[in-house]
Amino acid sequence: MAKVRVIVLRAAGINCDGETVHAWRLAGAEPRLVHVNELIRNPGQLNDAQVLTVPGGFSYGDDIAAGRILASRLAHRLSDAAREFIATGKLVLGICNGFQVLVRMGLLPGGRREALRVSLAPNSSSRFEDRWVRLRVETDRCAFLRRSRYIEAPVAHAEGRLVVDSERALTALRENGHVALRYVDSRGEPGDYPANPNGSADGIAGLTDATGQVLGLMPHPERHVDRTQHPLWTRRPDVATADGLDVFRSGVECLK
Amino acid sequence: MAIASTQTQTLWQVLVTPRDQGSDAIGRGVLGDVHRLGLGHVRSVRSTTIYLLAGALDAQIVDRIAADLLTDPVTQECACAPSLTRRDENQPAVEVHYQPGVMDTVALSTRDAIRELLDAAGLSDTYRIDEVRTARRYTVDGATGAPELEHLARQVLANECIESIYLCGFGRRDELPSAFPQAPAAAFELRTVPIRTLNAEALAALSRRAHLFLSVPEMEAVRDHFRRRDRDPTDLELETLAQTWSEHCVHKTLTADVLYRGAGFGSDETVQFRYDNLLSSTIAKVTRDLNRDWCLSVFEDNAGVVAFDDEYGVAFKVETHNHPSAIEPYGGAATGIGGCIRDILGCGLGAKPIASTDVFCFAPPDYPDSRLPRGVLHPRRVLKGVVGGVRDYGNRMGIPTVNGAICFDDRYLANPLVFCGSVGLIPRDRIAKAPRPGDRIVLVGGRTGRDGIHGATFSSAELTDTHADEFSHAVQIGNPIEEKKVLDALLRARDHEEGCLFSAVTDCGAGGLSSAVGEMGEHLGAEVELENVPLKYAGLRYDEIWISEAQERMVLAVPDDNLPALLSVFKEEEVEATVIGEFTGNGRLRVCYQGTVVGELEMDFLHNGLPRTPRRAEWSIPNPQSPIPNPQSPPDRLLAELGSYNTASKEWVIRQYDHEVQGGSVVKPLCGPGDGPADAAVLRPRLESHRGIALGCGITPHLSDVDPYRMAVASVDEALRNVVCVGGDPDRTAILDNFCWGGVTDARALGGLVRACQGAHDAALAYGLPFISGKDSLNNQFSQDPAEARRLNMPERISIPGTLLISAVSIIEDVRRCVTMDLKRPGNRLILVRAPADAVGLDRSRELHHQVARSIRDGRVISAHDVSDGGWAVAIAERCIAGDLGATVAADAADELFAPILTGYCLEVGQDDDWPDAIALGEVTTVQRLLVTHQNGTLIDLEVAALREAWRSPLRDGPGGTQRG
Repeated sequence: MAKVRVIVLRAAGINCDGETVHAWRLAGAEPRLVHVNELIRNPGQLNDAQVLTVPGGFSYGDDIAAGRILASRLAHRLSDAAREFIATGKLVLGICNGFQVLVRMGLLPGGRREALRVSLAPNSSSRFEDRWVRLRVETDRCAFLRRSRYIEAPVAHAEGRLVVDSERALTALRENGHVALRYVDSRGEPGDYPANPNGSADGIAGLTDATGQVLGLMPHPERHVDRTQHPLWTRRPDVATADGLDVFRSGVECLK
Repeated sequence: MAIASTQTQTLWQVLVTPRDQGSDAIGRGVLGDVHRLGLGHVRSVRSTTIYLLAGALDAQIVDRIAADLLTDPVTQECACAPSLTRRDENQPAVEVHYQPGVMDTVALSTRDAIRELLDAAGLSDTYRIDEVRTARRYTVDGATGAPELEHLARQVLANECIESIYLCGFGRRDELPSAFPQAPAAAFELRTVPIRTLNAEALAALSRRAHLFLSVPEMEAVRDHFRRRDRDPTDLELETLAQTWSEHCVHKTLTADVLYRGAGFGSDETVQFRYDNLLSSTIAKVTRDLNRDWCLSVFEDNAGVVAFDDEYGVAFKVETHNHPSAIEPYGGAATGIGGCIRDILGCGLGAKPIASTDVFCFAPPDYPDSRLPRGVLHPRRVLKGVVGGVRDYGNRMGIPTVNGAICFDDRYLANPLVFCGSVGLIPRDRIAKAPRPGDRIVLVGGRTGRDGIHGATFSSAELTDTHADEFSHAVQIGNPIEEKKVLDALLRARDHEEGCLFSAVTDCGAGGLSSAVGEMGEHLGAEVELENVPLKYAGLRYDEIWISEAQERMVLAVPDDNLPALLSVFKEEEVEATVIGEFTGNGRLRVCYQGTVVGELEMDFLHNGLPRTPRRAEWSIPNPQSPIPNPQSPPDRLLAELGSYNTASKEWVIRQYDHEVQGGSVVKPLCGPGDGPADAAVLRPRLESHRGIALGCGITPHLSDVDPYRMAVASVDEALRNVVCVGGDPDRTAILDNFCWGGVTDARALGGLVRACQGAHDAALAYGLPFISGKDSLNNQFSQDPAEARRLNMPERISIPGTLLISAVSIIEDVRRCVTMDLKRPGNRLILVRAPADAVGLDRSRELHHQVARSIRDGRVISAHDVSDGGWAVAIAERCIAGDLGATVAADAADELFAPILTGYCLEVGQDDDWPDAIALGEVTTVQRLLVTHQNGTLIDLEVAALREAWRSPLRDGPGGTQRG
């Protein structure tokens, strides 16, 4: 059976492309790096792929705000192509900076032309933080989240606090099943800092769209695809797996 | 429809303000700093980002740009206005604008993004964007008046080296700058410097006035050279010589012929030694004598390279960026790490950066504000700025910052030390490089501006209280995304399907093009056309283009046949690449501007004309002072040691660095559920393999005052202990040296440096650790006005303690055998293996390092931790904190609790494991207490929670806290 073909987007300042390619490869897919300029020149390349991944990093330096300039470029140049990509049943994954980009360009709920507004704002701590978090899967609809109930992975960002413009918007996210992942503590329940590392509303760590084919999340599942990446791996000789890989495996399985 | 290109330019302003305080991260951060400054009555600070747009624009399109691009719909609101808006005088505010010529990366990306937005919307015929600038406004509620506002602006909001402050309120209303100041264009005029008739005194005056920092004998050599040439030098030629001969570039002290007389090494006898080249007869000698076949490139390239596996080598370089960081901590540290990363990119035919390290030396954050000399920034501000600079550059480039240390001592007050390390992975067939005659000189990366002029000579001099004003042009702001693009493009050109497209590469750092082209063409000769160099703005003189240290630039030597392919790769990656000249083969460095030769030097004189001055060095060991008994009880002492700035948790710093990007993290800087301090970092550079590297460091400046020899031995030992603790292999460990010293003009100061070199040599040779790269930074001292010194009750001249950083890289065959320092399981035994401190028994120490490393490899060690400054009691306390477990220790057989030892490891081993030579300490317990007994009496009985609190609290929220009285 042919391997699932994945485009991993490159752009000035995207810097998690290498490990994202590695994660897709471990999951059995066939990833390919494509520069955003190349994709804008030739959007037809999307026809040959089944998954589009916008990896983490600091696209264009996160100048103005995180992911802002890349989102503006994609919204102006590739919006239609991306919507058609999703309409044909294909998947889109945005990690960290990629999540910020997907929200801002409108591929996830709360984008700029919608009634409810979602955004990713500077962390409550006002600073960049790298720390591991525990995530609870909150939906059974998302193509990327069908394998495990809990995922552990690191966050590494300065602007990951999910904010909404009203309580109504939060209710809508919940009721329409858009909440894909929540930050939880060791008991598996939503909690305060540091369990919720950035002060996100309702502890939301990731969102999915109405189809479940698009996932955006702040934590980095591609950084937990080998047991030696976990901060406590020397204390857990019996644990052989790495649950960040489940995100990629689940995506591949959905397309097979 | 109007044609945008011919429309007149108008100026627009977009003000973006957070809707509430919760969204105003900048404002909240500033308010905290204002309160730490002692202005607790200030109620709030609100930040506004200002974008100034110049172009053919109207209100409608500016509104759209503001909404689509510049404003967040949930958290921000915006206001647009033509020209600069009037400010409300009833709301006291400070505006901070960059000075002309300072890098404004946000402005550049915003301009490009607006251009694309106009283009994508089909509006580029209607509108045009020419330039963007950004500024920030802080609206301050609660300040008492204009003087206080100005004070807090200076202390917290702006650094006047690179920024200007404009106040509004309390009756004051500073005139704002014109939005886009243009530098005056200089008409070309060739300048020569009459030097042939000058005597020694006049030469010294010229050297100082022109910021050449050359000694009289050096100036005389230059004068005599041009006498022989029968002409005066151009200013560019003098500059080129000053850059190339600077301490920063040529290390003339460490390579000097030195006669040492004084205390012996490891004995009390007086000895006399002659080193015909200090560095070569100590540091480099270790490498020659050990002659390891896995050292692939040592001391000749931008970085040292050791074998990683059959296909790849690991490159490692550590640099300092002390002087710039003293004046502008954020920009200085950022460009420090940026420059070191470019050393890795410029190593061989380009290595891929895979990790950064950072080690800092500062004065303590609680240093009293009232005793701060003029021209010196408070250590709180230096620490925050430096950490921010390393964070923003490393994180944005996607290079994990994995290992480091911070040392505190009052004497680093005016001369903070910032060591930046960069590690790279390089294919073994891409290590050799050499430019060839006929190769084009291609300059790639950022544009050249008036920034960073005189960095190399500035960093070679002593700092004074007027340096911040005099050398503000040596300070720069980095643009990490430009460097990331250069990285991406360079590696593509290196791995091109037709083979590497260039024959050599080097980074354009200190000394600018002058050093980069001069060094690359040393054996060939080169010709450069300066008017081909792309400039940030008009108005640069030819000599400024030549020596500008503008960041994010590299120089390549490219064969003609490969030029089209190379230029096309760089274009695809959106990096400017320009041919600026050619390597010739005639042995001359020739620089032209607008058809005129503005400089012509023989490469031989440039690189070999520096006169060598024999130096004398001496040292006597100070009389041992009887140790002052510590009156604290053992528990108080332990808590005080844990809470000392040197030992306390650096979590606030560590978590601001992305230490996991690239996905290879194995041993992180914080260990266990309690986030204890890792001894070293381990990473897997190739994700498909479990082969790894350990990175560690050793730095012990507190030992330097008594004897720099012992200090150097201890630093080497500590660096090795740290990598061994995580599973490193002493037989596959290489080290780097970074000497930072005060003035070395007098014989005693130089004697200290000699002893440090000899100590580093003796320990490295005994342990079998080859040096592969190194760097020194001298004249780290500060002198101030005598009256001012008396007022502050300080010496006129402050020198840093002699400081040697040893960085270690060790290859690990299988990272799955690595261990961490957190206690693992109740019931396990705790043992101490150590060599006594009283003798320099380096052979015994070597055996110990190997024994521990072997035992870790064999799986006998469950966890390991280095015993360093605070003795074994501190080591065990840190292990309890990390593992969330307790320990019971019977101290009868052990050394005194807090006694420093040279070589010591605290190991956790299985209950039945037999360690005949080790000292049994006790065992791991479930109860979260540290209990230490001695002859049936209790010395320490503390909850782990109390230990943790003592260890975490000093730097929990950064360098805040109270001041010392």
